[in-house]
Order: sequence, then C-alpha cells, then structure tokens
Amino acid sequence: MKKLSSVIKVKPIRINTSKHTIRLTEKTFVKIENANYFFTDVANFFMFFSLTVKETFSRQFEFKEFLRQCYQIGYKTLALISVIGFIIGLVLTIQARPALVTFGAVAMLPNMVALSLIKEMGPVITALICAGKIGSGMGAEIGSMKVTEQIDAMEVSSTNPMRYLIVTRVLAATLMIPLLILYADLLGILGSWVGVNIKGEVNYVLFFTQSFSHFQFSDFVPALIKSFFFGGVIGFVGCYKGYTAGRGTESVGKAANSAVVLSSLLVIIVDLIAVQITDML
Amino acid sequence: MKETQTATVNATITKNRKNVIEITHLKKRFGDQEVLKDVSLQLLNGENLVVLGKSGSGKSVLIKCIVRLMTPDEGTIKVFGEDISALNSDGLTEIRKKIGFLFQSGALYDSMNVKENLEFPLRRIKNKLNQDAIDEKIREVLENVGLSDALYKMPSQLSGGMRKRISLARTIVIDPEILLYDEPTTGLDPVTSDEISLLINDIQKKYKTSSIIITHDIECVRSTADRVIMLHEGFIYQEGKLEEFEKSKDPLIKSFFK
Repeated sequence: MKKLSSVIKVKPIRINTSKHTIRLTEKTFVKIENANYFFTDVANFFMFFSLTVKETFSRQFEFKEFLRQCYQIGYKTLALISVIGFIIGLVLTIQARPALVTFGAVAMLPNMVALSLIKEMGPVITALICAGKIGSGMGAEIGSMKVTEQIDAMEVSSTNPMRYLIVTRVLAATLMIPLLILYADLLGILGSWVGVNIKGEVNYVLFFTQSFSHFQFSDFVPALIKSFFFGGVIGFVGCYKGYTAGRGTESVGKAANSAVVLSSLLVIIVDLIAVQITDML
Repeated sequence: MKETQTATVNATITKNRKNVIEITHLKKRFGDQEVLKDVSLQLLNGENLVVLGKSGSGKSVLIKCIVRLMTPDEGTIKVFGEDISALNSDGLTEIRKKIGFLFQSGALYDSMNVKENLEFPLRRIKNKLNQDAIDEKIREVLENVGLSDALYKMPSQLSGGMRKRISLARTIVIDPEILLYDEPTTGLDPVTSDEISLLINDIQKKYKTSSIIITHDIECVRSTADRVIMLHEGFIYQEGKLEEFEKSKDPLIKSFFK
C-alpha cells in the first residue's frame, strides 16, 4: 500500500465545499497516517491480548519454562527490591516524623508508614521498578529473539512461541510481582523501624504491633488484587513490545524502551482505576 | 526476460523421482514491493536444489513460504502432496516435523547451551524418546558436524563457523526428510564455507534428504548443486544443471559464475 504522504508530496489537494476551501497538504496526510498507525497498534494490542488469553487455557502448558521465568523475575529482582523497599520505608519515616511531632502524633508514625506502604507506595513503586527491570528485559529479550530468527526457529520446531515465550512470562510476572511487592512492603516497614530508631529507641515487637494496630483486612486485599494486575500488565506489555518489534537491531532498543514507557503508564492508570473502585466499595 | 522451464532438466533423471515440494505460481508482496512475481518449481526426492540470486531477489521469502513462516499472496505450495496453505495447525505441525530449516543467522537459542539447543526440537518432535536415546542422538549429530566437545558451551562462546555447525546439527537432529538452507555459508571465511558445503553433501548422503539451498556463494553452488534455479526480479530467470550455468553466455549468469 502506498503511503498517503507520498501521494501528496508533489502538490496540495484543494477540496471546495459550499462555504470553505479545504487544503490538504502533506502534513495533513502525515497526521492521518499517524492516527492510522495508532489505531492499528491499539487493535494489534487487543488481538495479542486475546491470543495470549486463548493460549493460556490451551492443552499444553510449558511448566518448565514457567518455573524458569519465575526464577528470572522473582529471584533476580530480589536484591534491587530489597534495597529500594528498605530505603523507601526509611526515607518515609525520616520525612514524616517532623510533621507528626508538630501535631504530637509521633506515636502514629509506624501505623502511618505501614498503611501508606502497603496500600499505595509499596505496590506502585515496586511495580514501576519492575516495569523498568522486568518489562524492558522481556521487551529486549523477545525483540532480539525475533531479530535473530529464534522465534521462527521455535515455530519450525513445532513449538508455539505464544505458548512457550509469552504465556509463561505473563503468568510468571502476574505471580511473582505481587510477591515482590509484599516483600518490598515488609522491607519498607523494617526500614521504617530503623528510621524510628535513629531518633529514639523503639522495640521491634512494639513497632510492628503499632504498625498493624489500626490495620484492617480491607486495607490489604485491594492492594494485593491490584498487585496482580500490575504484574500482568508489566509481563504482557514487555512481551507484546518484544514480539511486535521490527526486524532491525534498532527495533530491539525501541521495544525495550517502549515496554518501560507503556507498562509504567498502564501501572499508573490501573492504580487510578483500582483506587476509584476501592473508594466506591 | 529469459524463462527456461523444467525442459532443460534432464528428463530421464526426473521421470522416476517424486516431487517432495511443488510450488505453483507463487506470488508474495510486502507493501509496494512485489518480491515474488510468479515462481513455480519442484524439488525432487533426494536432490540438492540450489536457488541462486542477488540479495533481495526473494530467495529467503521463498523458503519461508514453504514452512509457512510467511503466507503467500497467491499460488500453491505442496509439500509431500499436502497444500501448506490449507493445513490446520496440527497438519502444519506434522509437515514441519519432516522439514529441517537452517536459518541464515543460525538462530541458536541464546539462553540455552548447545545440548539444550539440540534437545529442544528433539523433545517436541520425537517426544517418545527417553533421555538415553536423546543423549545418544545428540552425541551422534555433534559427531557428524565435528563438534563433540561443544556440548555444554553457550552460543555466545562459539565462533561463526561453530554456530553454523551447531545450527546444522539442530536441523538434522530430528531426522528431517527435507532440508531448507538459508544462506548456509554467508559471513564465513572461505575455508569454513567449504567445510559447511562438504557437510551439506555428507548430510544428504547419510540422511538421504532432499534439500533446497539458498545462496549466492558460487563455491557452495559448485560443491552442492544437483540442479540450479536462478531467481531474478521475482521470476525464475534460468533453471538447469550446474554445467549449463557454467557455460552460459548470459551476462547476469556470467556475473555470478566468473
């Protein structure tokens, strides 16, 4: 199919209506093309999603590859999440303390930190870190597999690449990212305890008791549910961007980059939707 | 445009051999570009058919259409009498089990070592084999390509020639009846290229395969071809025996066979 913009490159087209003269220039066609690419991309995204769902429930499940991906996603991200989770809890405590001291509510510090970590900061920050590490990794790995014809080789070897590469990674991310989020929450609370002890002395049993004293089951469940969605989104977007990468090596970098951008954006949008739903209930 | 058909091929040889692949009026385009305009060819049982042509003449597209990695726009491709386009996924899988495909880049799985790379198609295609039989088969194919000691090496630890050999080992490990080689000697030094060409001949003799070899390496053509087809601008420009190409006065053919 000829590019629209190449048709109009020579001279602009004029369309006379009863009131106006519409002048269609190359720029107009470039805009139409870009809109066309956008809608094609959106359509491909949903088609890829429906194919992934279909293959998830197919007869053969690549269990060994699923376990390998769980290890890659979970264990290999653990160190990064530990450091970040701990520091977030520590920083949050150090920064919140002066404000709470002003109102004489310093005793609420452990509870406040635990609540904000578990309900919002832990899931969102961990998910964004995972979008950077896991999403880009998946985009680059699958993209380079496509460029070097490894996906074609898989297909020729009677292996369904959607089942082997995509379903396993999406499911592994959906399972492992919520676990990483829980782990980051715990490390954050530990960091908060260290933060409290910088300016005072609080026994860790007392600290943890205070942290969860006003905590309800309903605070925990929505955060856990949205964590699964974060995991699914990160895994799916990483795989989608890698699988739909172009043929050149440049497209591998683009796939990794756009995987991070899109999954980060979707994490924030999913969070917004989750907060709205929780608020309504 | 010169379009010599199968008549130039020695009729007495072809008469008694069955077609394993039969391509009729194949057309394939990508956007504005019509890569294959009208290609018809047959691969006979047990022969090495070399498809020659300039870069971008549609050689790789042709063999990718045979295993349905690409879908033709028009025309039919029959493999062992089955129309590839009409097959459902189970039928396609069954046909693919009989075809080995050597990719231009080797396409070894980066995350797996050599043994795992060879096990991968074996476990999926020959799924009744036990671990001992798999190990024995892997040992045999590695011996055939002269790389018995590379079993636990990662693809990143292999040279270009070694990667091609391991890819070849992965292609033959499933005992295919048809082998499709996509530029098997590209990017290799002349010595390694010759070794790969000899290996292609050895494999054909040992495994009794029928092969389509896509290449623009004339030395590879000379050592492997039973029959040659030249693709040019989406059409079959010339088809015949190697000697006919060597003796041709046609400027395009002469530019290849200097």
